[in-house]
Amino acid sequence: MCGIVGLFLKDKSLEPKLGDMLTDMLITMTDRGPDSAGIAIYGADTAGRTKLTVQSDTPDQAFEGLDGALAEALSGDVSIRVIDTHAVLEMPAGKEEDARNALAELRPGMRIMSAGEAIEIYKEVGLPEKVAERFNVRGMSGSHGIGHTRMATESAVTTEGAHPFSTGLDQCLVHNGSLSNHNALRRRLKREGVRIESQNDTEVGAAYLTWKMQNGATLGEALEGTLEDLDGFFNFVVGTKDGFGVVRDPIACKPAVMAETDQYVAFGSEYRALVNLPGIEDAKVWEPEPATVYFWNH
Amino acid sequence: MQTYDLEANGLRGLNSALQELNGSSNKTAWEIVNPKGSHAIAVGLNSPVDVTVKGSTGYYCAGMNQQATVRVEGSVGPGVAENMMSGTVIVEGDASQYAGATGQGGLLVIKGNASSRCGISMKGIDIVVHGNIGHMCAFMGQAGNLVVLGDAGDALGDSCYEARFFVRGSVKSLGADCIEKEMRPEHIEILKDLLARAGADAKPEEFKRYGSARKLYNFDVDNAQAY
Repeated sequence: MCGIVGLFLKDKSLEPKLGDMLTDMLITMTDRGPDSAGIAIYGADTAGRTKLTVQSDTPDQAFEGLDGALAEALSGDVSIRVIDTHAVLEMPAGKEEDARNALAELRPGMRIMSAGEAIEIYKEVGLPEKVAERFNVRGMSGSHGIGHTRMATESAVTTEGAHPFSTGLDQCLVHNGSLSNHNALRRRLKREGVRIESQNDTEVGAAYLTWKMQNGATLGEALEGTLEDLDGFFNFVVGTKDGFGVVRDPIACKPAVMAETDQYVAFGSEYRALVNLPGIEDAKVWEPEPATVYFWNH
Repeated sequence: MQTYDLEANGLRGLNSALQELNGSSNKTAWEIVNPKGSHAIAVGLNSPVDVTVKGSTGYYCAGMNQQATVRVEGSVGPGVAENMMSGTVIVEGDASQYAGATGQGGLLVIKGNASSRCGISMKGIDIVVHGNIGHMCAFMGQAGNLVVLGDAGDALGDSCYEARFFVRGSVKSLGADCIEKEMRPEHIEILKDLLARAGADAKPEEFKRYGSARKLYNFDVDNAQAY
């Protein structure tokens, strides 16, 4: 199964409530995926700064003095904000690749969840309610966010296998379904130099989009490409710095419902994930068509 | 009229109360408020009760229905009226995937659009959709009528048996062994009755009929490509 939720705000006055609304949606989808949960949230960005969200199974040791050590390695100002097993490192823009290399030496075993100006990703094993509590997702604000509750089918129940997956700056993807050609595609993408870290099929989907966009495709074109090049069942919901997209495979047997009002666009695996959103009674509610790309931008 | 607040009192209480009427001739009217997309609302009913759901439902609403009339004043999730035996289910909004799947009798009316696989493996149910239907509808349909006032998606009636399909709009493509058939007077009569019972404002003459070419009933190696 797996449950997907997504919320793209058009009305800025709702931004402080984004985390709260996403949390309710995520918890409602628990019985579609109790194994792990995660969210990607697009919050405020600081001009000239890049955020790296990192995760460690031993946060006390891993995050202690990390800002100082990284600042030294990058010869630049680095700040750290620790939230449970995750930490958000902020550094001068353009240092992302150097930071990855430095972190591999400074803290081997630490995982990088996301990188970008606005994106932060939090994900862990466990019930969605507990995961949301650990990171205080309710208290987060932002312009859009995507969440996932996982019922594992294609790889182990680990933090690494939880969604969302981010394989490019400010990009993320969540998935309901299973890809059948992910091993072949993973090999091909790795040959092309794309970084893929897990055995999970969804990460291949995310990496595919990144690869397409690195080669000049728009996100819309990259999403169109999934219909040609990915085999299997998929509902993909993707986030970019200022965008939100949805695509379903041509068979479209995985459930999806969307709602749009003047204030927001919302996605849920089931309608009940959307029932507490403001004005849902009068929203345009529809089931996205198979093999059709939907996309919104700020 | 009895009102049941689903949010306050829970699903199990609702279905128990409705199923307690099974076998009796109590013709009671029920109104269910706050459905909020919940699954399995009003399933397994077997008495001529009238149930109105005030809002949208989740999976399997009115599944396995017998005798009852269930009206949803909203949209329904996957599997509405699945395996219905008799009675009537009316959806004022849209229906998600596999509406009326494997239904053996009764009438399912969808005032909005139905998604993919509507009427899949239908076995005697009548389905009237006022809007459009998605792809792979009536796959392996065996008996009953599927009436569509709007358009049909890809592969209508794939591998069907004796079910009849009446479509007023366009058909994106026909599935394996499904062909357009002649509209004879008896079909006009069947359709006129169904349209009237479904409250549909359309003339039978505006529809085309589709059904099985009966080439796939028995395995024939010459048809292997079509399977």
